[in-house]
Amino acid sequence: MSAPSSVTIVGASLAGLRAAETLRRDGFDGPVALIGDELHEPYDRPPLSKQVLAGNWAPDRIALTPSDKLADLDLDLRLGARATGFDLADRTLRLAGGETLEVDAVLIATGARCRTLGPPREGVHVLRSLDDCLALRADFDAAPDRVVVVGAGFIGAEVAATARTRGLDVAMVEALDAPLSRVLGPEMGEVCAAVHRDHGIDLRTGVGVEGFDGAGRVERVRLTDGSAIDASVVVVGIGVVPNTEWLEGSGLALDNGVVCDAAGLAAPGVAAAGDVARWPNRRFGYSMRVEHWDNAAAQGAHSARALLGADDPYEPVPWFWSDQYDRKIQLAGHVRPDDEVKVVTGSVAERRFAALYGRGGRLVGALGFNRPRHVMRYRAMIEQGAAFEEAVAAEV
Amino acid sequence: MRIVVDFDLCESNAVCMQIAPDIFEVRDDDFLYILNETPGEADRERVEECVQRCPKQAISIADD
Ligand SMILES: Cc1cc2nc3c(=O)[nH]c(=O)nc-3n(C[C@H](O)[C@H](O)[C@H](O)COP(=O)(O)OP(=O)(O)OC[C@H]3O[C@@H](n4cnc5c(N)ncnc54)[C@H](O)[C@@H]3O)c2cc1C
Ligand code: SF4
Repeated sequence: MSAPSSVTIVGASLAGLRAAETLRRDGFDGPVALIGDELHEPYDRPPLSKQVLAGNWAPDRIALTPSDKLADLDLDLRLGARATGFDLADRTLRLAGGETLEVDAVLIATGARCRTLGPPREGVHVLRSLDDCLALRADFDAAPDRVVVVGAGFIGAEVAATARTRGLDVAMVEALDAPLSRVLGPEMGEVCAAVHRDHGIDLRTGVGVEGFDGAGRVERVRLTDGSAIDASVVVVGIGVVPNTEWLEGSGLALDNGVVCDAAGLAAPGVAAAGDVARWPNRRFGYSMRVEHWDNAAAQGAHSARALLGADDPYEPVPWFWSDQYDRKIQLAGHVRPDDEVKVVTGSVAERRFAALYGRGGRLVGALGFNRPRHVMRYRAMIEQGAAFEEAVAAEV
Repeated sequence: MRIVVDFDLCESNAVCMQIAPDIFEVRDDDFLYILNETPGEADRERVEECVQRCPKQAISIADD
């Protein structure tokens, strides 16, 4: 494949920026456009539920790259510009406001947005963008009587932890019997539940949210078991959906994400990366869409190289971290709730341990609580295709 | 090129060590050690990759 005449990246966040940096580092000197609908220069999202929400960091600390380095990339950077349509056959990209761009290679990195519960209401938040974070932080600054977090997934758990650390009264409602049990399995889900309860969270599991009450601003969360919780602030953390609506009718295949091949291409000269991309990960033998920071950074780089002609498959061992209270939780691999789980080092009671996940005799995952170095070693073992028993017996 | 790590941000997850084990090492004591603080220009690409892959944004390059 010959090098593209230009590359247009849609989505100016982690995957999009890492793609642009990689194009330049690999010597591509043609025009590169980076188009994003937010007004901010690319920034880092993980601190939005941690340091920025806690009030410990000013928002200007989370730039993904300093402005001068961004300028060095010599991009056609268009902020506040939303793509509304793409046509694969005539290679045109439509922007809100009516402009149409002729494009050659395209990299789709439009990420994901939060699922919501009901129509917008004052006091009910989601958390995805810096603007979301500052709005929520302002509500926390007003010392609310109680914060109710809906959904005890990673984002919900971090928001609950940050709110608690700020001294707020927090209740968390989770539809599953234990937080994250659909990801980590029931046993490790109970460990997560215990961590929240240790820190004084009023955790309600196995119950859903029926709706919100209040004249205007939210005052109460109604639950499916007939009970209700008074709430001055609500944060809804019930997952995300990939931003693909703008690609409907484009000629690209969409299926809970932009469907790509093993290298990251959705069509000749069109790649996707990050939270929006679905691709067959050959290491695991099935297709996945990963909503983790490390994946957005790595796949952004990989898909950029695919546009420059590289055809090696993208087959990472996914890796994720979450900081809650003083615990650093990390997960490597791709685990399922029915995988075999074994604690191999440390103690669950002390909340400092590593646990391994096995499936069909193979090591498929590693979970660590305050064990970052161990998780990375096990990640390497997963990469090498280690047998489960071998990993359990290994000295790490 | 001089490597600067903000040790208040670093959480010893060894992402950098996977990319450049000759420059970064997380030891058994769970601390990150910089094995070569001033690598040559030939290593710039790999160090830049470490900067861009460090999930805690803890690594930067000073050109002084
Ligand atoms: C609060 C929070 C905390 C997190 N914490 C962690 C963590 O601790 N560990 C971890 O591994 N991961 C964490 N993540 C996940 C991680 O941040 C994401 O996986 C990562 O941001 C994905 O990057 P992306 O570039 O693929 O997508 P995004 O970051 O979602 O960026 C997509 C960009 O495209 C823009 N866009 C969308 N549609 C259009 C359009 N039509 N036209 C133009 N622009 C468009 C969006 O506005 C956005 O700027 C966290 C996420 C959040 C929100
Ligand atoms: S990648 Fe970053 S956080 Fe991880 S060990 Fe290296 S410097 Fe520390």
